[in-house]
Amino acid sequence: MSKIVEMTGDTKPVAIPEKQPLILGNQTFKSVTDKISGIVEGKTPKEWYLAFAVAFFGLLLLLGSIGFLVWDGVGIWGLNNPVGWGWAIVNFVFWVGIGHAGTLISAILFLFRQKWRTSINRFAEAMTIFAVICALLFPGIHIGRIWLLYYFFPVPNQMGVWPNFRSPLLWDFFAVGTYFTVSLLFWYTGMIPDLATFRDRAKTRIRKIIFGIMSLGWRGGNRQWQHYELAYLVLAGLSTPLVLSVHSVVSTDFATSLVPGWHSTIFPPYFVSGAIFSGFAMVMTLAIIARRFYGLEHFITHQHLDKMAKVMLLTGSIVGYSYATEFFIAWYSGSEYESFTFINRAFGPYAWAYWIMITCNVVVPQFFWSGKLRNNIAFLFVASILVNVGMWFERFVIVVTSLSRDYLPSSWDYYSPTLWDIMTFIGSFGLFFTFFLLFLRFLPMISMSEIKGILPQANPHHKDSHE
Amino acid sequence: MAAVTTGDDRSGYDLTRETWRSILTGMDFDRQWKRILHDGVYEGARGKSLQVEIQSGNLTTVLDKKPFPTDAATLNSMEIVYQVSNSVYDGRFANNGWLQELPDPVTKLTWDNAVVMSHRTAQELGVKNEDLVTLQHQGRTLRLPVWILPGQADYSVAVELGYGRDAVGRIGNGVGANLYAIRRSTAPGFDIGASIRPTGETYPLACTQDHHGLDVEKLARESIRDRLPIIIREATLEEYRENGEFVHEIVESPPKVSMWKEIKYDERPQWGMTIDLNVCTGCNACTIACQSENNIPVVGKEEVRLGREMHWMRLDRYYSGDPDDPEMVHQPISCQQCEMAPCEQVCPVAATTHTEDGLNGMTYNRCIGTRYCANNCPYKVRRFNFYNYAKGWPEIVQMARNPDVTVRFRGVMEKCTYCVQRIALAKIAAKKENREIRDGEVVSACQQTCPTDAIVFGDILDPNSKIFKVKQQNRKYELLEELNIRPRTSFLAKLRNPNPALSKRQNPKD
Repeated sequence: MSKIVEMTGDTKPVAIPEKQPLILGNQTFKSVTDKISGIVEGKTPKEWYLAFAVAFFGLLLLLGSIGFLVWDGVGIWGLNNPVGWGWAIVNFVFWVGIGHAGTLISAILFLFRQKWRTSINRFAEAMTIFAVICALLFPGIHIGRIWLLYYFFPVPNQMGVWPNFRSPLLWDFFAVGTYFTVSLLFWYTGMIPDLATFRDRAKTRIRKIIFGIMSLGWRGGNRQWQHYELAYLVLAGLSTPLVLSVHSVVSTDFATSLVPGWHSTIFPPYFVSGAIFSGFAMVMTLAIIARRFYGLEHFITHQHLDKMAKVMLLTGSIVGYSYATEFFIAWYSGSEYESFTFINRAFGPYAWAYWIMITCNVVVPQFFWSGKLRNNIAFLFVASILVNVGMWFERFVIVVTSLSRDYLPSSWDYYSPTLWDIMTFIGSFGLFFTFFLLFLRFLPMISMSEIKGILPQANPHHKDSHE
Repeated sequence: MAAVTTGDDRSGYDLTRETWRSILTGMDFDRQWKRILHDGVYEGARGKSLQVEIQSGNLTTVLDKKPFPTDAATLNSMEIVYQVSNSVYDGRFANNGWLQELPDPVTKLTWDNAVVMSHRTAQELGVKNEDLVTLQHQGRTLRLPVWILPGQADYSVAVELGYGRDAVGRIGNGVGANLYAIRRSTAPGFDIGASIRPTGETYPLACTQDHHGLDVEKLARESIRDRLPIIIREATLEEYRENGEFVHEIVESPPKVSMWKEIKYDERPQWGMTIDLNVCTGCNACTIACQSENNIPVVGKEEVRLGREMHWMRLDRYYSGDPDDPEMVHQPISCQQCEMAPCEQVCPVAATTHTEDGLNGMTYNRCIGTRYCANNCPYKVRRFNFYNYAKGWPEIVQMARNPDVTVRFRGVMEKCTYCVQRIALAKIAAKKENREIRDGEVVSACQQTCPTDAIVFGDILDPNSKIFKVKQQNRKYELLEELNIRPRTSFLAKLRNPNPALSKRQNPKD
């Protein structure tokens, strides 16, 4: 375990030959602290206000749409009889998927000792938490009688009725809830040393009090570090299975049903890889904006973006392979319903959605084979957005096309969203970015203490630089 | 008024009784008077039936005078066929919401009439479903939407009477187009010389099946063709005689094994139903009976267009064979009350659960409306209250509701219950008399109304019951039984006995 000690003074960087340093610009402990803390302590940039205004407007749009939904009923959405789940569930799966990257980066990469994670883990975790908040919103509001949501909770009640533990929707509720709780704890625990730094640097009384409370009495002593790192490791261990379980459980909503196109055993791994794929794309989008805007090019380097692109190449290829497998199994099953569902996806009334999905999720990541393109920021930015467009459409294709044409042709119908569906979806981005902008403004977006741990100075003897 | 004009100031009630005193000449006036008030009908007023006979000689004379147009129909001089509406009849029921929302048995249209034509006619006119056209006949014009129907003769258009009334009431005003406006009294049944011009506008129609009409693309058409023999099993009489077990040879499925210990439903009564496709005429009476019995709301044209009609019992209509001269079949579908119900497994709050007597029960109070059950229902018979459809019911409508059935609020799922309220009443009656429920004591609303007795309902464990015997027939099959969901409703396969002189179907297996 690396020893991360709060050092003072200007320690000159020791020249150690490395393949490629993770942090550029000859950073010292002080320069790292100054840079990251400066973002929070400095004046609020005008552009931040502008962005916040836009995001907040989106949030109001969301609240308005939800208000009308509760007032009038789910009929304001485009749902109909065969298609009982539409954009709301698509958005739910989309946001849960995005929420996968954060914990993967912080927990799994931590256990694998991937040091490059330190530059991106903090805001990836923040992104996870906000994405999961957006995700949790949708199953909540999509039900017909929102005021009875508490029937979901497995608490003893005067009716003497328990929820139905056979229902994947209930597993979902537990899985996403657990994931949210653990991610939040993990995020907060990781932030404690940095919050203490903020406290120590605070010049106003209010800042002192707020960060004083938030840093939970952190002094940076040896004993505290020892406990802290153990706790962090335990949390990483706890989060790791969750990364795999959440989307697996979400996929059972579909996989355990008997709807052709949903009823499929490959869903859990297929959903998890898709989730990591979309999560990394979102981290990439946000990282590119943040590093540019806050001048963090030395912290989030080309090397980081390159590695993320490689993860996307891998997961994107798994997703593409899953699409192919689905088709093969549909044909191999010999089931009329099953094979029709897949042919219908590709050539039926929703073919447009299907081909958007294929282009964005299968074709786009293949460009990441080229090292040159992996170094091209503009390309990475556009590609990361396209990947998320594609992943949204993947969920749309799965949810809607399967339902719109299932067993009895007499019930087939086409589903189109209404203005309210669209506003709710746009509004969820408002919610996400409102939280995210507040995070950028008031909390350390890059983990100072962990960055210091991977600086050459933290390891002066260069003993275990290859771990 | 009577008092002013005649000086007689007795009440209207007394005056009415006075009139009836002369009609009811029996012994006990009061008793008879009460009887007819209770029955709502006076048996004595029954009309006498006429004795008629056909004089074929006269018929020939009439036919010789050529009373009907006999010119061949062309694109510019089309035949126009007037029909009374299947739901609102000649227009007298136009203010009845149930009937306005009742899908036509063939076109599946609700809330409108349309000018119905063949695919070829539409192609030559350059129109498609929902295009608004001007129908011109005898110098009079009418604007109507187009609906394409397989099997309609080329250059012949069919139109329904009974629509387009403007002073009939809240429901019926302004629904559809009034065909009486162009019908000639000299040719009330059909006429020739109509022409159609496209207007370039469209008019939305609310159809409950093939929402895109016949524009269903080739891909879907082929799949429907492949599925149809599984969904609706039929044979000719000859085929059936050769192979009585044909219904069981249509679907191959892997062994139907459960992953868990199954619940045994072996305590009487266990409710079940059969629907005989052989005698079902597709008349829709079951749909309305069910709507009336179960307080099913009328949702209006906009909602039907969105695919949100609430009928618990629907009639599926499929075509087979040559699209220009197709065969047509009907299949009434309501909740099949699966023993291993896929809907029950997925409800997170246990709002839909199985009862001991084998019903797939629905607890409205408990339902929070995730709609997961409807998604997982392979028959798509579950209906969701997207809005509070009971809002704004006039008092008279509220009073007409069945007091034994809950009116559902918005956000709640509903579906066929096998008329559970009737089962409960029979159960109570049986318990009071300390006996078993008798066969035939519980009659579901659809069964009660079916004019051809296609529907049989009862205790499937009672070896003396009608349902038990009907289920022994080798024509019996369960729809989508290959999914191992064990539906309690069975269908009896359709048998055709085509007249070889009329049928071009020499080998129906093709």
